[in-house]
Amino acid sequence: MTIDKSELLFSERAVFELRSLYLRAGYRRYKVSKFEEYDLYAGNKSFLTDGRVLTFTDTDGRLMALKPDITLSIIKNTARDEKLRRVFYNECVYRADEGGFRELTQTGLECIGALDDYSVCEVAYLAYKSLEILSKDFILDLNHMGFAAALLEEVTRDPKLQKRLLLSINAKSGDAVSAICKDAGLEGGALTSLCSLYGKPDDVIPKARALVKNRAQEDALSSLLLVINALKGCGMSENLRVDLSMINDAEYYSALVFRGFIKGISQTVLSGGRYDSLLAKMGREQGAIGFAVYLDGLDRLFHTESRAEPARLTYTAKDAPEKVLYDMNGLMARGAVTVERQKDD
Amino acid sequence: MTDGFINVALPKGRLGDRVYGIFERAGYGCPEIQIKNRRLIFESGQNRVRYFWVKPSDVAIYVEKGAADVGVAGKDILLEYRPDVYELCDLKEGRCRMAVAARADYQDDSSVSLRVATKFPNIAKRHFAKKSREIEIIKLNGSIELAPLLGLSDVIVDIVETGATLKENGLAVVEDIVDISARFISNKASFGFMQDKILQMSAQIREVCR
Repeated sequence: MTIDKSELLFSERAVFELRSLYLRAGYRRYKVSKFEEYDLYAGNKSFLTDGRVLTFTDTDGRLMALKPDITLSIIKNTARDEKLRRVFYNECVYRADEGGFRELTQTGLECIGALDDYSVCEVAYLAYKSLEILSKDFILDLNHMGFAAALLEEVTRDPKLQKRLLLSINAKSGDAVSAICKDAGLEGGALTSLCSLYGKPDDVIPKARALVKNRAQEDALSSLLLVINALKGCGMSENLRVDLSMINDAEYYSALVFRGFIKGISQTVLSGGRYDSLLAKMGREQGAIGFAVYLDGLDRLFHTESRAEPARLTYTAKDAPEKVLYDMNGLMARGAVTVERQKDD
Repeated sequence: MTDGFINVALPKGRLGDRVYGIFERAGYGCPEIQIKNRRLIFESGQNRVRYFWVKPSDVAIYVEKGAADVGVAGKDILLEYRPDVYELCDLKEGRCRMAVAARADYQDDSSVSLRVATKFPNIAKRHFAKKSREIEIIKLNGSIELAPLLGLSDVIVDIVETGATLKENGLAVVEDIVDISARFISNKASFGFMQDKILQMSAQIREVCR
């Protein structure tokens, strides 16, 4: 079987190239069924991008769902004593937006088990490489959420206030952060500065150091630097950005988080991070890190180059079908062909 | 549009005119925008900026979806729709507050669910959920003040500027929910790719709005 690459949509080509990347890195293909018991999502609704799940009742009366997410299924099917499991997937997920439920294609990978610093670097490396496959013009934002969390602890221990502040920090709204702090009589200078800590690692890290007030912040910063330097060592620094105010849901994510963009696409193309807290919530003691790549917007941006005009073959009612098929077979050997019947007069 | 221009979505109307004034003073003028005509898009090649006027409640959508890199939206819209954007600067323009209001003689009866008329169902739901108050939302698109007068609702959740409209209709503020003003917002991907330009714009706007 031969495949002419130019016949593939950009997203189809991307799926092949990403798969090849993940296989070469020692990740194994993980194939899931389209359905999952609804219970799995009921307890972890806020882990999903959108809480809505497309459900139906199975023949035995169980409430089932069309998968809105793959990560939860992979965790569920990973042994509790698994040392380190590296898997990737390319699956359809079903999510709701204003127009109703939609089928989206998602590719991603997960690394679950006894994680160490190396495995974290490896996943960040693969995130960078994945974006590189999709476009030259990309950015990978990195953060260690421990930095903001530890700085927040210095300012207030009130969980409600912390939650409000985190929302504003994530929106890079320094004005909102300083207004909240002022209202509550807190010293919010450092948190306000945190909102503007975005940019190339060499610019941001020194500014971040100036905000370090405790050990936990120092640890978060060195974990982040470890990853940055490891990527740098492979010549991967040009498209890296540090975003110290990027906060994913703290109920699930705790340490390294990342997010990728491609020029021309306004939505996040890649997102992920370390989600040990989710595993802890599911009663597991393992660590986990992974990311998902969303390929749906890509075909609009990168049109596959238009191919040569197909050869035209016309016939009339008088032509013998076997002769037409013979001619068509001959033309197809050389390229594309369209066959049309001419109007009978 | 990835041609080095910053695309700016501005809210149509009175607030929009004032907001454009801020951009102009911040060094992002675009003279042709002041010529009254039916055009929707205006460019200044010199300042590398492109403006378009959109319905105020749509600004956040244009920015979230990346049709505009940045824009100016009211905090009310940001709270109601929670678009996935950065909120870089408070313009301190178009100041007002989101409040619960009712007829001046209104007495809360907590034995029945509260009927709330509003253009902002999400803000209303969140506010009353915090107080564990059961409510029934009546979503309206305008003339919210009419609802309690006609018995359509017990209270309204709406924007209050001076309170004059409420007063003229025999209504009064029951409680404030949150202060509102116009915010300079940015698309997250655009921010990543045009960080320097967008931050500079934000800083110059902040300087003008001081």
